[in-house]
Order: sequence, then structure tokens, then C-alpha cells
Amino acid sequence: MTTVVGGIGTSHVPAVGAAIDNGKQEERYWRPYFDKIRPAREWMAAEQPDVCIIVYNDHASAFSLRLIPTFALGVAAEFQPADEGYGRRQVPVVQGHPELAWHLAESLIGDEFDITIVNEMDVDHGLTVPLSVMYGEPETWPCQVIPICVNVIQYPPPSGKRCLSLGRAIRRALDSYEGSDAEGLRVAVFGTGGMSHQLQGERAGLVNPAFDTAFMDDLIAEPDAGSLRPHTDYIREAGSEGIELVMWLVMRGVLDDQVDEVFRMNHVPTSNTSNGLLILQNARDV
Amino acid sequence: MATARDYDDIPGTYVFDGRRSQQGYRLNMFCMSLNDEANRERFRTDEAAYLDGFDLTPQQRRAVLERDWLGLLQLGGNIYYTFKLAILDGLSMQDVGGAMSGVTGAEFNQMMIDGGRSIEGNRRIDESAATHGSSGHTS
Repeated sequence: MTTVVGGIGTSHVPAVGAAIDNGKQEERYWRPYFDKIRPAREWMAAEQPDVCIIVYNDHASAFSLRLIPTFALGVAAEFQPADEGYGRRQVPVVQGHPELAWHLAESLIGDEFDITIVNEMDVDHGLTVPLSVMYGEPETWPCQVIPICVNVIQYPPPSGKRCLSLGRAIRRALDSYEGSDAEGLRVAVFGTGGMSHQLQGERAGLVNPAFDTAFMDDLIAEPDAGSLRPHTDYIREAGSEGIELVMWLVMRGVLDDQVDEVFRMNHVPTSNTSNGLLILQNARDV
Repeated sequence: MATARDYDDIPGTYVFDGRRSQQGYRLNMFCMSLNDEANRERFRTDEAAYLDGFDLTPQQRRAVLERDWLGLLQLGGNIYYTFKLAILDGLSMQDVGGAMSGVTGAEFNQMMIDGGRSIEGNRRIDESAATHGSSGHTS
């Protein structure tokens, strides 16, 4: 049995990765954001998860329109940063955790989540930027990573309710893990993407911080009710790319019904995005 | 495109559903090919010859060559795919956002710094038209 140390919801804006990679954190545009996230990095350094399950979406990197798995699980021993058109991002190779990942595959499919199993998959900014957000620029990533990739680019993405249920099925898998390192294994889960943003069309640049606040409030206090939000509400209120927020519901499902809010940050803008960062832990008094 | 969807009344928004995916499959897969440096080099060397390998419609081909960022979406492009062409050109998401919404990249960036595009007046085409005198139609 593993210990779930917490859940992290974070945007995965490529420009944040570029700002870190190019040493721009102290520039006027970037400094307020990096100042705001400092407590989150301190929390991460204190909690030291052994494994991070990162729920993210691929942006035409490992997958394309040729093959579109709704949910895909990376079971490899390592994952290379993808070339998204700029060359590969110069960050450490991501180390996987095949034993736990295969346990997740068996448990999830036994639990009627017929997830796609992936042995070879480059990982793009959707996964590596959240690592940079939480860890900065280490020589190697200080955790193993299990990627869970969700289709949110080809409409329709999975429903919020399905994402929340997937998170709960992941939790059951973590609770039943009896692998060689199971005793005391510390696991964090990331739900990434969002918050409100629209990259495309004449409405590009739309952000809606009021929506973002309400989304976080619902995620914490009323995840089941919040999970019923229709896709069109996300698109209309949070922008066409704001629908990535369904991935935060996977993270929420891994946690207990009652959670404590450890940290919350919202910053507009990073690039064309309302950038959010939320840390939740299972409630201490339950 | 036949069947109406409840998101069709959102202004200036091209939801990448099955209708658009069918229309833009080859266009998007051309963009996808730019993930490979050897392909990027071939495209830079002779854009027209490179495009011959992708069976695009004449309109899609022209939109690629002219870097018509909004037109690419209207012809079935998905922003994550078409942005790979912008990366090749050294453009930022603010540059492309500006081009799609009729301002410069610098003006677009300033709009974001000032809090971004407001949701007010931008939820539905009818209220958008009433507010801005622009239809921002989606089809």
C-alpha cells in the first residue's frame, strides 16, 4: 500500500518551461508568477514523493490524429522529452515506474477502465512543464513518473464525471499495490492544463478568472457536482482550451472525499493563459 | 457541416470536433510532420514541393503558403497542429493570437497583460455582435 501525499493541479504553459530553460524567471514579466509559486515548490521539497502520477494531454507530439486514445498509461522505464517543433526540450529524461504502472494497468482494466497501454512515448510540455513548475531545474528529476495521457484536443474529451471516476479507480489501484517497493511508497498525483484560456480563433486570449476560482472551489468541496459540468460550459466560459481542466478531476478523484487546501495561486497572464496552481491533501481530521 | 451543436453559438471559436477533423486531417498531418527536423529542413528549402506530398485542398495549400492563421482553422486546422508552422516561422502564440483576432502580436500581448479578453460580451454570437458589431461566426 502506498501513501498519497497530495494532489497538484497546475497549468502546463509551454512559455513557463521556456522561461525556466532560458533563465528568465527574474524578468519583470515572469517574476510575479515565480514568486507566487515558491511556497508550492517548498511543499514539494518537504513532501518528497517517490512517484508522481502526471495526468496531462499530449499536444500532437507522441500521438496525432492518426491514433487518439482517450486515456493512455505509460508503462516504460523512461520517457524522452518530445520534439514539438523546436527540438527536444533540454530537461532530464523522465524515469518511469514500470512495476507500479503495470499494476495500475491491471487494476484499472479489472475495474472496467480500459486504458491504452503505451510502451514507447515521448512526453511533451504537458508533462515536463509541471515537473519544472514544482522542481525547478534539477540535474535529474527527483521522482519517478507515471504518465497518464488524456485526449482533450480531438473533441469530445472524456466527461468530467469519467475523469473523476478514473481518479478514484487509480486510488483503488494505489491502495492495493503490493509491489517490491510498496511499503511506504510516497505518491503524488498531478492534474494539469487549464486554467481558462483560448488559443484559437477571433476569441483568442479569452480568460475568465471568476470561472477559475469557482472551478477550484467546486473541485475541493463538491467534486461530484462539479464533475457534471457540461463540455460546452467549459468551452463557452473557460475558452476552447480551458476544457483541459477536466484533467484536474482525475487528480481530485485520487484524493479522499474530504481534502485540505494547502496552496492556491492564480496568475494572469502567462502567455495566453490564466495560470493556476492548487495543492490539496487528504483531510487530516478524517 | 450539417448537424448543429450547442457550442456553435460561441463566437470566434472553432471547436475541433469530428466535422473539423474530417475536413482538416491531411492539413493537420502535414503540420504534424514538422515535429521532425529533417522534414522542417525540407519544408524550409522548398515549401511548395514539400506540400505536394500531402494532398491538401487548394484552399488549404494556399492558407499554409500565405500563413493565413485564421483561414487554417476555418479549413479544418487545429491550433496545436497549425502552431507547429508558426514555431517554424519563429512566431509566438501572441503573434498568432493577434493575427487571428486582427491585432499585432504586441497589442495582443498587452491585452493579455491587461487581464486578457473578457468573457463579458463574448459568450454568444448574438451578444458578441451587439457588443462589438462583429459576428465572429464559427462555421
